Amino acid sequence: MLESHIPSGPIADKWSKHKFEMKLVNPANKRKYNIIVVGTGLAGASAAASLSEMGYRVQNFCIQDSPRRAHSIAAQGGINAAKNYQNDGDSVHRLFYDTVKGGDYRSREANVHRLAEVSVNIIDQCVAQGVPFAREYGGYLANRSFGGAQVSRTFYARGQTGQQLLLGAYSALMKEVARKNVQLFTRREMLDLIVVDNRAVGIVCRNLVSGKIETHTADAVILATGGYGNVYYLSTNAMACNVTAAWRAHRRGAFFANPCYTQIHPTCIPVHGDYQSKLTLMSESLRNDGRIWVPRSKGDKRSPEEIPESDRLYYLEEKYPSFGNLVPRDVASRNAKEWCDKGHGVGATGMAVYLDFRDAIDRDGRDVIDGKYGNLFQMYERITDDDPFKLPMMMYPAVHYTMGGLWVDYNLMSNLPGLHVLGEANFSDHGANRLGASALMQGLADGYFVIPCTIGDFLAKAGPSKVKEGHAAVRAAEKEAQERIDRLVHSKGSRAVDDFHRELGKIMWDKCGMARNAAGLKEALQEIPRLRQEFWEDVNVTGSPGTFNQVLERAGRVADFLEYGELMCRDALERDESCGGHFREEHQTEDGEALRNDDKFCHVAAWEFTGETTAPVLHQEPLTYENVKLTQRSYK
Amino acid sequence: MAGKTINLKIKVWRQAGPESKGEFETYDAKNISVDASFLEMLDVVNNQLERHDKEPVAFDHDCREGICGMCGAVVNGVAHGPQTATTLCQLHMRKFKDGDTITIEPWRAKGFPIVKDLVVDRSAFDRIIQAGGFVSVRTGQAPDAHAIPVPKKAADEAMDAAACIGCGACVAACPNASASLFTAAKITQLAKLPQGHPERKTRVIAMVQQMDKEGFGSCSKHYECEAACPKEIKVSNITNMNREYMKAMLSPDV
Repeated sequence: MLESHIPSGPIADKWSKHKFEMKLVNPANKRKYNIIVVGTGLAGASAAASLSEMGYRVQNFCIQDSPRRAHSIAAQGGINAAKNYQNDGDSVHRLFYDTVKGGDYRSREANVHRLAEVSVNIIDQCVAQGVPFAREYGGYLANRSFGGAQVSRTFYARGQTGQQLLLGAYSALMKEVARKNVQLFTRREMLDLIVVDNRAVGIVCRNLVSGKIETHTADAVILATGGYGNVYYLSTNAMACNVTAAWRAHRRGAFFANPCYTQIHPTCIPVHGDYQSKLTLMSESLRNDGRIWVPRSKGDKRSPEEIPESDRLYYLEEKYPSFGNLVPRDVASRNAKEWCDKGHGVGATGMAVYLDFRDAIDRDGRDVIDGKYGNLFQMYERITDDDPFKLPMMMYPAVHYTMGGLWVDYNLMSNLPGLHVLGEANFSDHGANRLGASALMQGLADGYFVIPCTIGDFLAKAGPSKVKEGHAAVRAAEKEAQERIDRLVHSKGSRAVDDFHRELGKIMWDKCGMARNAAGLKEALQEIPRLRQEFWEDVNVTGSPGTFNQVLERAGRVADFLEYGELMCRDALERDESCGGHFREEHQTEDGEALRNDDKFCHVAAWEFTGETTAPVLHQEPLTYENVKLTQRSYK
Repeated sequence: MAGKTINLKIKVWRQAGPESKGEFETYDAKNISVDASFLEMLDVVNNQLERHDKEPVAFDHDCREGICGMCGAVVNGVAHGPQTATTLCQLHMRKFKDGDTITIEPWRAKGFPIVKDLVVDRSAFDRIIQAGGFVSVRTGQAPDAHAIPVPKKAADEAMDAAACIGCGACVAACPNASASLFTAAKITQLAKLPQGHPERKTRVIAMVQQMDKEGFGSCSKHYECEAACPKEIKVSNITNMNREYMKAMLSPDV
């Protein structure tokens, strides 16, 4: 049933061969096809712009007031590409290898290789758009290093790489909107997918200003709606990030793959109060120069500058001499947790480690460090009131990115024909752990270079959809969405929406967070349905449906998170091994590293929705490795 | 963690819709941690309103990291509040004193009609970019990234201008509600880079015309925009825009 459609042949030739073998839509016929793109982040905006340039007619939806605000904008550190401009031995094959290894051997080889191949085109495209990447004095592009790699292949624009890449894609999108080939729908939230005869043919969405439920039909639907990190309530995701579009597509038949894979980013500003609405990430690039440490003795309450060198434990440098502070994110996060759990944590809560720039400032001078990280230091100081030039930063891991997502084949199409999924919303390229600076790469690879090729093959074979606005299935989906909204607004219970979200987040963080075990997951599987029931009985949604109503918006998202969280825990329980960001305490090496079980779990777990009261069905896509040897990851 | 807390009153603009009459309402904001952000303070107030079955104050926000440009309000008469180079979401309550009354209003400008309470419609900014804030390169056309070296100084200056987050504080702060700083920042970014040169003249004319068409005022050099800008975009961008505009208008090939 799960056919990945990976082309045959040597890995380095698969994408070229596939591009030749795919069917094409001739230029004159492209304008006859309508494509819906949901989301305007790196993946959505680049796809919408590129498809429009090719001649397809595009309807593009975003939840914010402008496409420029999608959460890709918050990515700080950089974007990887196998340009080998540093002459340090990089290549497409090395980027491919590092990404598969970084993902702890749970990604699809063929997809990752394609990603590495097109990475070089992304940099070319962005430079041509006027993205102001950092440059050296000779006028050529600068690079920095990121975790999980021993070459320097990360391109960056100060600490605002995501912003600059997104504004590049946004400008391309605006160019197409001006040409009237992309129709832009802002402040819209997708509430459902319309499926007729096993083909995705449209969406239902809510106009967040008027409250009106709208339906839109097309020949293909592309979801680029990001990840599900906000299921934890506190995460580094923007407030509006949610799982609703993906979850609703899942309920309509799209399989959800590896929902338990979550990335916990090692360097985030620690939690400081229960009023807190979100966590703030500090770029991984800081680990180029910052050294991570805790006091060598437990409960050392001295202020950091009073702790002499001999009493400092640089635990990553000691344990991983080859990669040092630049181990992959999952490894860095787990080690931070381990030392805090052992009682070496610092700060008021004891749940933090130091990220220290003292030595880098001594070595390179304050100006150099300011030039590299100035904006991040300012951001840290605004939030914590501490100056990183004087005191080390305090950091703790936080939920950041989700590697799982809707299942897609090599063409980025889900098991539902016509439904394509790009960027963080799909599962395909990062396995069980994403390397830093690879999310921007994947979003833009999917949008600029993959979907423009593969969607033509689908449209050429499937032909135009015959479903129009008045179709019974369209009206039925619209009615269902309206009924759900009505049910929410008529819910006049006693608890605020956010109370439920916080409670769900706590269950998820405690039992399906950085470390998981069977007993905790089983408890969560009892607690979440109970909380969901309470939500529908006791939530209070103020205001009316036919207006701008932010409480209602959040209520709908939390309702879906309450369903989604259960699937995550189920998947985490079912995957009885540790891999990458999925750390099952029962399965670890003596060093506390993730211990995989390749005999039983070298597969993609794709879940099929079967109904609200019945258990989902698990489908497995076996992962075969022909070019990378499966080994225990070592960063020592 | 029990840190220091303060008690405040907030006087906030409530307006049900674009055509409704708005007015200030005053609410208590009690036991606010000084480590909370301004938007987290509003969350606490809204949570109280919800508990009393009243509609919470609508405000735009998303990343809460100061980069998406979604949030913004005029706080005690200053766009994004009292801390320089800081968006509203990054303003923290330690900047206020126990017992303060804080006045909170939406951006007020003809080009930004009010949607509800503190939420305004900034789609005019998108239309200014649509008029020419891009390089007309199609996906796949690009040469190798190193084919055209860009002097570091030009790249840095382009980045300074490109740091704009499109929040609209410049418009809100300007006595003329001018969108000059926003428009000029994009024009400058693309004028500094060789990639932007083929469309340099048509771009500046189209974007300036669109800015005027959207109902924004002209720049009369009050420099309030620079003072309010959370990303410290300089008014020298406006000088540059005017120079680009004059050059383009006098150019025989436009």
